[in-house]
Amino acid sequence: MKKLLTPLHNGSSIPLARLPVTGNDPFFQGILDAVDSSWRVSSYFGVPQGSDVELYCVLASKADGTIGVVRTKVTNTFPSLAEVCPQLHLFEREIAEQCFLTPEGHPWLKPVRFQRPFGQERSYWHHLDGNGLLPGVMPYYQVEGEEVHEVAVGPVHAGVIEPGHFRFQCHGEEVFSLEISLGFQHRGIERALIGGPYTQTMYQMETIAGDTSIGHGQAYCMAMEALAGCRVPPHAEVVRGIALELERLANHAGDLGAIAGDVGYLPTASFCGRIRGDFLNMSSVICGSRFGRGVVRPGGVGFACGKSQADELLGRLEAARSDLENAVELLWSTPSVMARLEDVGIVTGDTAREIALVGPAARASGLNRDVRRDHPFGIFRMGQIPVVTAQSGDVYARTLLRWLEAERSMNFIAEQLHQLPAGGTLAAPGNLAANSLAVSLTEGWRGEICHTAITDEVGRFSRYKIVDPSFHNWQGLSLALRGQQISDFPLCNKSFNLSYCGFDL
Amino acid sequence: MFRAILSRLKQGHRTMPYPKEPVQLPEHFRGYPELSPRLCTADCSECAASCPFGAISCTGGLSLDLGKCLFCADCGAVDKGLVRFTRDHRLAASSRAELVVRADSPRPLARPLDKKRLSLFSRSLKLREVSAGGCNACEADTNVLATIGWDLGRFGIQFVASPRHADGIWVTGPVTENMREALLMTYEAIPSPKIVIACGACAINGGPFQGSREAGSGVDGLLPVDLYIPGCPPHPVTILDGILRALDKIPSP
Repeated sequence: MKKLLTPLHNGSSIPLARLPVTGNDPFFQGILDAVDSSWRVSSYFGVPQGSDVELYCVLASKADGTIGVVRTKVTNTFPSLAEVCPQLHLFEREIAEQCFLTPEGHPWLKPVRFQRPFGQERSYWHHLDGNGLLPGVMPYYQVEGEEVHEVAVGPVHAGVIEPGHFRFQCHGEEVFSLEISLGFQHRGIERALIGGPYTQTMYQMETIAGDTSIGHGQAYCMAMEALAGCRVPPHAEVVRGIALELERLANHAGDLGAIAGDVGYLPTASFCGRIRGDFLNMSSVICGSRFGRGVVRPGGVGFACGKSQADELLGRLEAARSDLENAVELLWSTPSVMARLEDVGIVTGDTAREIALVGPAARASGLNRDVRRDHPFGIFRMGQIPVVTAQSGDVYARTLLRWLEAERSMNFIAEQLHQLPAGGTLAAPGNLAANSLAVSLTEGWRGEICHTAITDEVGRFSRYKIVDPSFHNWQGLSLALRGQQISDFPLCNKSFNLSYCGFDL
Repeated sequence: MFRAILSRLKQGHRTMPYPKEPVQLPEHFRGYPELSPRLCTADCSECAASCPFGAISCTGGLSLDLGKCLFCADCGAVDKGLVRFTRDHRLAASSRAELVVRADSPRPLARPLDKKRLSLFSRSLKLREVSAGGCNACEADTNVLATIGWDLGRFGIQFVASPRHADGIWVTGPVTENMREALLMTYEAIPSPKIVIACGACAINGGPFQGSREAGSGVDGLLPVDLYIPGCPPHPVTILDGILRALDKIPSP
């Protein structure tokens, strides 16, 4: 199996000539064998080539600290492995939709984003109502029987949040099944990247998911740097690391407050809503933008962090740490809050492993996985952040985990600010290598981000594949809701806090 | 309970005094641009081409379109000193044309709504937000206004759950193909008279995605926009300044 996968390290590239096109059988069997021996599918996608489609699968092994890539060529159809390997199920649906290619025997073949295939007008779902491009219009899983009822929510939700459609099958208050239909946010990002990189590309990367500008920005820059063979200056690596952890802190702090709000505990909700802003403002001390726009640039960073900024950040960090610790402590010491968090929305470790959850959602179910340690990149090759896990897989675990991760991120930032290396900020990359493939993984605050860039004979993107952690994790939310009260949906949803636009691209 | 009270004492009163007092903005904050066309060199095309989003133009003198600008400061015009971003947060405007900044033209700030709507909404304005392809940055910095730090409620402004309860629609995102219908239906569901606010570069002109068929090019042409709030995303103080000016709660200079 190992022989079949072409190995490469996180943030490196190989010429396509060194990546053999394997036969169909070894390709599909190879994926199954790899998953059986603890490899995880980070990305799986098609590249249309005339009437054929080349399938690429990117797998990651924690034990070996290695990424493995394998490819094959298929025409019109390919065998679906989803039934025996559930973590592939959404990837296969995506390949059908993007490449007009049928996964034979797929148990749940439905639209992903209601988008047109690359280079074609006719949707793969043209047999559905209209032209197969009406978002949300698809056959939903339905439960029948007396007293069973269906609840439909969205796309426009009650809060100031992104759109998505949720379909619940309920028996009284109890949820039998939740099906999530997205695609409303689809902006055609991957299609627009073909032939790139363009001058607009960096800015689009920062807005794949606007709350993850650093996570996606860094993944893109790592792919560019791998293809151009450029080395990022040490100062830039540290600033990137600090910005990534600030992004995590802002979102974790916000989520802790939002979870408190959803169980009606206003003190922590109010405090954390403001403390989140303190972390966002720390990002803007570095670059002027609360969302870290402009920090990460191919070859380094757009902004240096000087002594005076480091001192200011250290002061703000300690103030925020004290406030956050105080606000979060209230949750653990209030029995009525704990009663609402414990044993709600459970995803067991086995389920999490089977559907291959990533990030805090995975770690809350006991899966010890974190790109920062398993496939270290940038500053995380030099300075490690301890990985925390919880076991219970419920809302409480996902809440606790955020606080524990926030603590470690704050320690890391303080440590890095005390030892900022001097030196340049940017080593602009040259032309990209032609006919090559690069893979980059980063650990965004929601989990693993995977970018795969493939270049053509002149060094332009023939395909650029993006996998946001939400692509893996929405299924986790659906499963967490089974057997729960429908009134707990907002709480469960917040405990995952997934991205709509990161999924929809 | 006792702990919660102690925490309340520690965390203190944190609502900022804006608009009575100015908000402290960081050194690198990029706000209203200052143009210096006297520094212009012979080759105009180079400058205009240096913005991937077409925000800079030299037709009829140097100009910068705040509706297209992402405030990245990566462009050649900034390198040459033709454009300098100041820390002035006041960016919102009442019409699309007023977002185009020229060196010699007067600075238009957002104007109060017409008399009828002002009398209806100035003391109580309920808004329904629709994210139509927004990346969650505009949404996040809109949300932040409801936190204790900004306390939007003290101005009588609130984001409500249903368009039926709303006086206006708040749009973020470039209006994707897949959200267009839902946006228009939500607008229809709001009783008249109503207002439309486009928040962020995407909603104004498509932002980083302008020209994309799937992403769309903003709200203009779909709905009658009353207030444009530029930025990618706009800072909360920029957003608040825009709404308060539309409601005539900040006197014009």
